[in-house]
Amino acid sequence: MATVALRDVRKSYGTNAVIHGVSIEIADGEFIVIVGPSGCGKSTLLRMVAGLEPITSGTIEIGGRVVNDLEPRARDIAMVFQNYALYPHMSVFDNMAYGLRIGGIRGAELRARVEQTAAMLELTPYLDRKPRQLSGGQRQRVAMGRALVRGPAAFLLDEPLSNLDAKLRVGMRLRIKDLQRSVGTTALYVTHDQVEAMTLADRLIVMNGGVAEQIDTPMRIYLEPATTFVAGFIGSPAMNILPAQGTEQGVLLGAVPLALGRPAPGRDVLLGIRPEDLTVAPEGEGLPLTIRAVELLGADAYAHGEIAGGGEMVVRVPGKKALSPGARVGVLPAPGLAHFFDPATGRRLP
Amino acid sequence: MAEGMVGASRSGQWVAHFLLVIGVIVVAFPIYYVTIASTHPIQTILRPPLPLLPGDAGLANYAEAIGGGVGRIGGVGVGRLLWNTTLVAVSVAVGKIVISIASAYAIVFFRFPLRMVFFWLIFITLMLPVEVRILPTYKVMVDLRLIDTYAGLILPLIASATATLLFRQFFMTIPNELLEAARVDGAGPWRFFRDILLPLSATNIAALFVITFIYGWTQYLWPLLVTNSNSMNTIIIALRKMISFADADTPWNLVMVTCVFAILPPILVVVLMQRWFVKGLVETEK
Ligand SMILES: Nc1ncnc2c1ncn2[C@@H]1O[C@H](COP(=O)(O)OP(=O)(O)O)[C@@H](O)[C@H]1O
Ligand SMILES: [Mg+2]
Repeated sequence: MATVALRDVRKSYGTNAVIHGVSIEIADGEFIVIVGPSGCGKSTLLRMVAGLEPITSGTIEIGGRVVNDLEPRARDIAMVFQNYALYPHMSVFDNMAYGLRIGGIRGAELRARVEQTAAMLELTPYLDRKPRQLSGGQRQRVAMGRALVRGPAAFLLDEPLSNLDAKLRVGMRLRIKDLQRSVGTTALYVTHDQVEAMTLADRLIVMNGGVAEQIDTPMRIYLEPATTFVAGFIGSPAMNILPAQGTEQGVLLGAVPLALGRPAPGRDVLLGIRPEDLTVAPEGEGLPLTIRAVELLGADAYAHGEIAGGGEMVVRVPGKKALSPGARVGVLPAPGLAHFFDPATGRRLP
Repeated sequence: MAEGMVGASRSGQWVAHFLLVIGVIVVAFPIYYVTIASTHPIQTILRPPLPLLPGDAGLANYAEAIGGGVGRIGGVGVGRLLWNTTLVAVSVAVGKIVISIASAYAIVFFRFPLRMVFFWLIFITLMLPVEVRILPTYKVMVDLRLIDTYAGLILPLIASATATLLFRQFFMTIPNELLEAARVDGAGPWRFFRDILLPLSATNIAALFVITFIYGWTQYLWPLLVTNSNSMNTIIIALRKMISFADADTPWNLVMVTCVFAILPPILVVVLMQRWFVKGLVETEK
């Protein structure tokens, strides 16, 4: 158990900079999720914390100690890999015991620790099996067990659930959260799945192109995304982001005045409204929308349409009241839930 | 799986079996014939055709060969010949495996200056089999006073890149995460090699052992050159020395017995190791 701190950590491969300075102070026992699209540098960041990848500049501290130049084994971390990386020729027991044995733990204590961890993960019946005799979900648990059994200062997990099918993934997600809570170990968890990110994190790091766009609690990121990228990435379906103009009363979207917030009059802004913050009204009220397609999910439906004057918009409607393509309706944004961004920088406007 | 590959139909299977049987006969017949010949007295062997069934001189031939008959002709007994050849073949096999696994480990898993230069240097030696570099190698052996020694027999046969390349190819298929998981678990380079790489290479090592053992066992030109004393002969060289140009002067019955002794160890190695690869394949396949 330990705090982890990154201070302006950067990484370049040759002249190609892939991490442009990430800083975060992580409290002891905190669950941090690093989320972002593929190729944005999540794994690289995690691997730098693990010590598998040298950092180009900045400092990384684990438990108050600068670990920049330490080998992974000296950092007291445990890692779960996306493909699990179990030792194929070792039994489940030996896979879990390997790190402990290297650490000099033998005999009864070794057996007790492995068995206790195996019991926690319901792996006891499989201790003698080889990894290839296990299902995907069981292998995943062995990988978790190998990390847990060592009782490290921090867990590092790189997309640990992405090779599981959807149902197992949900189950394991809850379980990982429970396990982490019960052992109280600091965790850094990488995923590209925003649902995983929202449900697991105490705090989220939303990354894009090697930059940490926003670091905050999931709910604050949802309610106050710092950039258009974060606004579009967190939340499903993505937030509607449309160019608009400030007026004395609110904003002008196309030719329609809307009483929403108050950017400086005359100023060009990007207006963001989540599909769930829009309600459908009869034609003539609010923003006119022509429905083009409807995704019906059961409880909800997402109506994709085109607003007058150009621009696409998605509206969440109850599944029972699903609209049909071609319908013309009005949509009303919920007051107070609109977001404004600077069109030049993409940053949130106060 | 195999049934699926060779025609599913009955006639297809017959054809396949027929071809396999022919293959087995072609390969096995000379061995059978040698074994049969070793059980006939020399008079029968010298008067063709040689019978296809075992004769009654088997015991006598083997007793004579082991009890000094081979020694009288070749100058050294069967026991010594087998010991020499086994030592050479095992040392060549073990030496090649040790050197090649170590160099492949260095090339694949470590980043050091001139890594690729070393790789190409090793690779180039592939183009220099013993026969091509035989004169300079002989000169070196003379200078080092290694003529008529085991070291002289063994060392030049160990140097070659084939096995290094095989291990390199195999190591490159090992997922990088496995190395990283071991590093996180606290394994240094030596532990990773011993605990993970070596067990995963077991089948490759077994296969290479068979190939290089037989390579060492059947060497002819180099042992002929580097040994003068009969007591350093390998069994292959001794066989050559036992055959004189005049057919009638050659004790063919003893030659045949020696042939059987020369064939037996490689066959044993193949048979024993074969069980081992199967075990390795079943246990470590990912
Ligand atoms: N060893 C490497 N050499 C050069 N570029 C790399 C290397 N590893 C990763 N990259 C680059 O760094 C960027 C971030 O990669 P990565 O951290 O794996 O992304 P993510 O895990 O978010 O999908 C990518 O653009 C990738 O091409
Ligand atoms: Mg990744």
